[in-house]
Amino acid sequence: MKPRIGVYICHCGLNIANTVDVEAARDFASTLPNVVAARRYTYMCSDPGQALITNDIKELKLTHVVVASCSPRMHEPTFRATIQKAGLNPYVLEMANIREQCSWVHSDRKLATLKAMDLVASAVAKVAWLVPLQEREVNVSQAALIVGGGIAGMQAALDIADAGFQAYLVEKQPYLGGRAAQLYATFPTMERVSDLLAPLMKRVNEHPNIRVMTNADVQKVDGFVGNFRATIRERPTFVDATKCDACSKCIDACSVSMPDEFNAKLTTRRAIYRPTPDSPFVIDEQRCTYIQDHVCLTTSSPIFDRGGAACVTACSQNAIDFSQSEKMSEVNIGAIIVATGAATFDAANKPELGFGTYANVITSLQFERLAARPEGFGRPFGSVKDVIFIQCVGSRDQTTGNLYCSRICCMVNAKQAHIVKGKFPDARVTVFYADVRAFGKGHEEFYDAVRKQGVRYRRGYVSEVFKRDNRIVVRAEDTLMQKSVEVEADLVVLGIGLTPRAETDEIASLLGLPRSGDGFLLEIHPKLRPVETAVDGVFLAGTCQGPKDIVDTIAQARAAASSALAPLCRGKVRVESATAFVNEEVCAGCGLCVATCPYGAPALNPRTGKARVNAVLCKGCGACQAACPSKAIQVVQFTPRQIISEIAVLV
Amino acid sequence: MIDTQAIVEQYGLTACIQCGKCTGGCPISPKSALNPRALIYQMLRGDEFELVARDELWDCTTCSTCGLRCPKGVKAVDLIIGLRGQWIESGKIPSTLRAPLTATLNQGNPLVLPREDRSLWADGLNVKPMAEGVEIAMFTCCENAYDPRVQPMPRALVNIFRAANVDFGTLGLDEQCCGSEIRRIGESGLFEYLRDDNIDKFKTTGVKKMVTTSPHCFNVYKNEYGTTGFAVEHYTQTVARLIDDGKLEFSKKFEATVTYQDPCFLGKQNGIYDEPRAILKAIPGVKFVDMDRSRERSMCCEGGGGRMWLEGTNAKVRLANDRIQQALETGANVLATACPFCFLTLSDAVIATGNEEKIKIIDILQIANQAL
Repeated sequence: MKPRIGVYICHCGLNIANTVDVEAARDFASTLPNVVAARRYTYMCSDPGQALITNDIKELKLTHVVVASCSPRMHEPTFRATIQKAGLNPYVLEMANIREQCSWVHSDRKLATLKAMDLVASAVAKVAWLVPLQEREVNVSQAALIVGGGIAGMQAALDIADAGFQAYLVEKQPYLGGRAAQLYATFPTMERVSDLLAPLMKRVNEHPNIRVMTNADVQKVDGFVGNFRATIRERPTFVDATKCDACSKCIDACSVSMPDEFNAKLTTRRAIYRPTPDSPFVIDEQRCTYIQDHVCLTTSSPIFDRGGAACVTACSQNAIDFSQSEKMSEVNIGAIIVATGAATFDAANKPELGFGTYANVITSLQFERLAARPEGFGRPFGSVKDVIFIQCVGSRDQTTGNLYCSRICCMVNAKQAHIVKGKFPDARVTVFYADVRAFGKGHEEFYDAVRKQGVRYRRGYVSEVFKRDNRIVVRAEDTLMQKSVEVEADLVVLGIGLTPRAETDEIASLLGLPRSGDGFLLEIHPKLRPVETAVDGVFLAGTCQGPKDIVDTIAQARAAASSALAPLCRGKVRVESATAFVNEEVCAGCGLCVATCPYGAPALNPRTGKARVNAVLCKGCGACQAACPSKAIQVVQFTPRQIISEIAVLV
Repeated sequence: MIDTQAIVEQYGLTACIQCGKCTGGCPISPKSALNPRALIYQMLRGDEFELVARDELWDCTTCSTCGLRCPKGVKAVDLIIGLRGQWIESGKIPSTLRAPLTATLNQGNPLVLPREDRSLWADGLNVKPMAEGVEIAMFTCCENAYDPRVQPMPRALVNIFRAANVDFGTLGLDEQCCGSEIRRIGESGLFEYLRDDNIDKFKTTGVKKMVTTSPHCFNVYKNEYGTTGFAVEHYTQTVARLIDDGKLEFSKKFEATVTYQDPCFLGKQNGIYDEPRAILKAIPGVKFVDMDRSRERSMCCEGGGGRMWLEGTNAKVRLANDRIQQALETGANVLATACPFCFLTLSDAVIATGNEEKIKIIDILQIANQAL
């Protein structure tokens, strides 16, 4: 049967009609082979526009449809639905993009019209070769994997679990809570972060639908939206939490010493340690000499003498167990939420600010740890009369490569200045800033209150910190006074920004996620799709996507959870219809397609030696088709015949 | 009057967020009207700007701290050099610069001394002419070549090279000013002439590697000459490597507590902090102590950017004097330098502050030479 093609040229208001002579294009289209109807309309995507198409399909018995309008990314789904409504298979539609690729980028009306005609002719030539395709769906593994047990990951896991689905929460550290666990109080409400985290952690730990895996990491992920399979490794803690009575004698016995990351390196810890004040005891596998070198640093006992480790001897509960080994588990999940968090900027990369040189130059994270001590923020460095806060350390700064604003530091500085003033009302507290960004709910009001409290804001980035007569001196320009100033201080707090974690590469390559120029994980659209990634079924939550405060982190976590719940609730996902197929008569079984496919869709059939495509895995990208030397593997709707017919009318 | 719009575009000043990091780090701004941030702001506002009223533009030492710390990549120092250039073009050159600039054109040095005296520093050393083919071209700064106070440094380098069996030579009387300070004074035309002429001279010798006595020559050859066909090192890099490779050994002691002045053109501008310290620490008897303000936080001696020939608007306050005080606070009795300008400004400051008995300025080359 001869194809009966309808061509519909859209004016897009004046977007197309201003540059393309739509009447001429329509006349031209009506002369093309197999075209039985050619029409134009102001807005083809409007209801009357779509009615033109459905009427023609019914009355003129169209078999194929070409819509010449905008990019298929914009309205291909619209017109597919239109022709389906009228009884056609949705895949016998071809879009000619005469807006983005023609009217918007050209100004010469005559030439633009000729180009539009070419694009229409090309689409008409191809559409005749399009074949009806079946829409396919597969069942979904109704569970989700959440990578990262910080505040974002915990909230997302709770939302998934509360909706009735299984959540696997994998955390690299031996404890839940992430960065938030290190913080003292929130801005602008001054709530204790521990008061926010404790109930969240309790709910996560007790939720029947959440399986928490701490001291664990995701080793491998394969599959696709709805049907991922993840391999998770849980590392041993070497301490049996059911026996341990938290007496800390093991810690006293251990001689290995290193900076305590949780305390922002203000203190040291042992190889056996309690990562947070409330977490179970663990042995740091990488640092314990008994595990690494087979000799306990304290007793010098070699490993064959099992009782020889000092911690083992010190433990009255027999809780230490060096025989523990890592545990691998495989889980089937339908969606993945990445909530791996961010690192803090290393202030040593701004050597002019004296961090690492002077003990009383500390980071804002170290301030939080000091303030979180039971005795509160006190006088760890002697008297606290003059305190200087420095904003934008490592952010908005080409010299560090971090061009972005870290969004939290202005309010962190304000909050900490408020804490200092609260503890030492007579202290002279100065914040050196270039811009104060107090854009969140209640932030400007908090900034007002902090200034009212007596915190002084001086406009100018600090350029240098040095020592004179045993006092710290901060050099800056007071830009509003147009004067170089030197201010003495007892304590300098650097408002450090957030940076992508060093491990971002690992998670990005594990899941195939792209990163933005700033190094953070990339959302698919910065405004409209802020939690989705380029990989279907993988969503982002929290600071792994970019710096944000707790409010925004929670919002994004809940958005990611709700996006992840869509396929889980529905129970089925639609898979790509335009997939690759193999002509076994032609296939030589060379395996190039197998090696080329990024999704693992083709495989060689061991019996016939020929390639065969798992259509569920295939994304229709066409890499196999380009690689196949004999054109035995082809993607439907993009076969050589279809593409050549499209090109042939143009040359 | 100057075309502020053209300046804004040429130096990318729209990137500036007026944070003041440049002025806050400028060693001169506390003692002068020089304010790099405000200068940029005036350009951005497009106000009328009369160069003649802005004597402070000649205060800049081109230490480059402003540009190195700028979070937005703006180089205020380049703007200042550009404005000096317009000033020079107008013909109203500060009187003390006339003779150095004329002498550089005519005699190849800003010290206003004859070209045929260039090699007097090497009298009796029989340094090989480069034309005979050498591995390393030794480039002597004009100051080192002509000023008797700093002539001992290149002589020491010759000794050190010989002790380590290094094959080196000089251009002899063909050697002339590198143009670093000339460019910074704003005489870009003369700088370009010197650059092209020097590249030609070195090209004909076929030399592949140059070692300079001054960080200023080093910086200009490395970063501002474009493609030269040869690699360049400051002597601290070369000597530190000779020690590291076991080719240079010290047999004598140099008993002193030594601190070190990071030259802006070697440290801040080129990140060479470790090599000078490594040499000092390798010398037997040396007890090395750093000043609080060292490395990235080091303080300029006020000798660069043409300031050797310009007193500036505030000669009462001298950074070099403060620097002597800071050196004394470390308990050092020797302040080591690796730059002829630093040597000269700091030596003057020792006398001006009356500390001749307490501390001596000695170049790293002299210390190493004495310990051979």
